[in-house]
Amino acid sequence: MKLLWDLYLTWFKMGLFTFGGGYAMLPMIQKEVIDKHHWATEEEIMNYYAIGQCTPGIIAVNTATFVGYYLKGVVGGVIATLGVISPSVIIITVIAALISNFMEIEMVKHALLGINVAVCALMIKSISGLWKKSIKNIGSFTVFAIALLLSVLTDISTVYLVILSGILGVVLSRMKVIR
Amino acid sequence: MSEIISLIIEFFKTGLFAVGGGLATIPFLTEMGEKFGWFTVEELSTMIAVSESTPGPIGINMATYVGYDVGGLFGGLIATLSLVAPSVIVICIIANYFDRFKDSKLVKEIFNGLKPAVIAFIIAATLSLFISTLLNVGNNGLGFINFKTCILLGILYLFMMKFPKLHPIFVIVIAAIVGIIFKF
Repeated sequence: MKLLWDLYLTWFKMGLFTFGGGYAMLPMIQKEVIDKHHWATEEEIMNYYAIGQCTPGIIAVNTATFVGYYLKGVVGGVIATLGVISPSVIIITVIAALISNFMEIEMVKHALLGINVAVCALMIKSISGLWKKSIKNIGSFTVFAIALLLSVLTDISTVYLVILSGILGVVLSRMKVIR
Repeated sequence: MSEIISLIIEFFKTGLFAVGGGLATIPFLTEMGEKFGWFTVEELSTMIAVSESTPGPIGINMATYVGYDVGGLFGGLIATLSLVAPSVIVICIIANYFDRFKDSKLVKEIFNGLKPAVIAFIIAATLSLFISTLLNVGNNGLGFINFKTCILLGILYLFMMKFPKLHPIFVIVIAAIVGIIFKF
């Protein structure tokens, strides 16, 4: 019971302080899920992200469900998901009900730009941490470069890029240039 | 009542077929507006802007907002729960299988390729945030460096390097206060 309550509160906290999409949650996941609670390793979170890219739904929810499921089965998955969506439901309802000109409030704009800078700084730190751990040989760099170029420069759906990277992973592993 | 049932069906469908995260739900929302006349394109773009500017994953925020618009408090709750239901079901099934196969040689080889690719996806997804935060896009469409945000980024980053144990929430709150004080 204590674990379920912890799970709910932790994902609630992460939902409350995530600005942007599911990937922007990464610094919070590293701090709370990986470092503090040891509910998953960084490698596992990367796996969940990859699977979340080609399965239906919001990435943040997919990741929450994965972490919750491995801790406490279906109930854990549901509780973690409810935790991550609760702040959104509360905050958006309040804004929709009471603040019709939310986007025009000067203070909101200033605070938001400041927050965006924080998210950039946090993402640089998270990404460089991942980079050091995951890009260790010519094979992984090749897959990274191909995936980056194709996702920035083309409209190809990420689903196909995930499939392509998976195939490259198998081929390059057998060629012994990636591990 | 019929609107609540429509909300459940439409958002469940969106949750089931929108692959690749919150932004992938936008085409489904546009279609909902056209089909049911729940909101106009302008109203939808306001909802998207608010969803990007408030805490929480964008996809969830948009579902709550659209649901609230259609059916009040209950509508917001129902739309959000309907959106996440399919992924909770799908992920629980996948998690069960993944646990059994994750130590197989083939799955390990596949994830050797997926790991570096995910880093690329994360960079690609945050690129537009970096551009809109650090550059002022002028009328002629040219980007000029936004000195305030660039300086804050440098300071925050050095601060985080000096104190690696710092909680991300602390960094976010500090940056919001700096943004308000210095009128970013």
